Amino acid sequence: MRTALTSIVSGVLFGAGLALGGMTDPARVRGFLDIFGDWDPTLAFVMGGAVIVMAVAWRIVPRLAEPVFAGEFHLPTKSDLTPRLVGGAALFGIGWGIAGLCPGPGIAALVIEPAAAAIFVVGMLAGMAVVRLFEGASS
Amino acid sequence: MMLPGFPDAAPLAGLAGGVLIGLAAAVMLLGLGRIAGVSGLAAKAVGLGGSGIARSGAWMFVIGLPLGALIVMLASGGIEVSFASPVTLAIAGLVVGIGTRLGSGCTSGHGVCGVSRLSGRSIVATLTFMATGIATVAIMNALGLEVL
Repeated sequence: MRTALTSIVSGVLFGAGLALGGMTDPARVRGFLDIFGDWDPTLAFVMGGAVIVMAVAWRIVPRLAEPVFAGEFHLPTKSDLTPRLVGGAALFGIGWGIAGLCPGPGIAALVIEPAAAAIFVVGMLAGMAVVRLFEGASS
Repeated sequence: MMLPGFPDAAPLAGLAGGVLIGLAAAVMLLGLGRIAGVSGLAAKAVGLGGSGIARSGAWMFVIGLPLGALIVMLASGGIEVSFASPVTLAIAGLVVGIGTRLGSGCTSGHGVCGVSRLSGRSIVATLTFMATGIATVAIMNALGLEVL
């Protein structure tokens, strides 16, 4: 119950932030990526605001014995730079550039432009399923 | 507020939105001890691996995203957006889905949570997807491919 409540609060704040920051408009996102054309720096402000708040949150983590509503922290421990990481990120960037959507705004936009966002989200889940299929269900 | 030289930019709304996103990620981190990575949580919700959170929690987060956008939409009297064609959206979605699973994250998990933690993997991933995103838009523009 605490997991569900905390998760939905986080999701609602996240979705509101995406919409307020203009990230649910693919034109704005592609405008940010268009540094050789008519550049729109808005996304840099979104990223900056989010990173500053989270930098403070990371400073609080070591002072907590455990999360406020859960038993323990589950944080990424990998530190190796693999071809898979770089290749995956490179692919993701290409998809991001093509339509100006990443996963968060794609899902949030389901209430703004339902049909278009749904096509993107279904495509994205299909892509995730492809990776899952090739890896087997083990990972 | 306008940014000199960039009449279309919305720096204050962007910053405010960013702070909300940061707070959202902080709630997930300090509340549940987990990374608010949208691609990982979405994958978990539909049973395709991803985050280690309980599946119901992943669903709650994912459902929260459009709810949050809806609140802003209702409060602001509408949000202007322009989307690509269905075929373009499907292709882009597919590539984003494959890339985020292989790369273990997207703009939220790597770009916001990882970069703010100074994670080497996330910084490399973020620089990489920024670079290929910029290159993709530049190449499409050079080819005269207008998608929006």
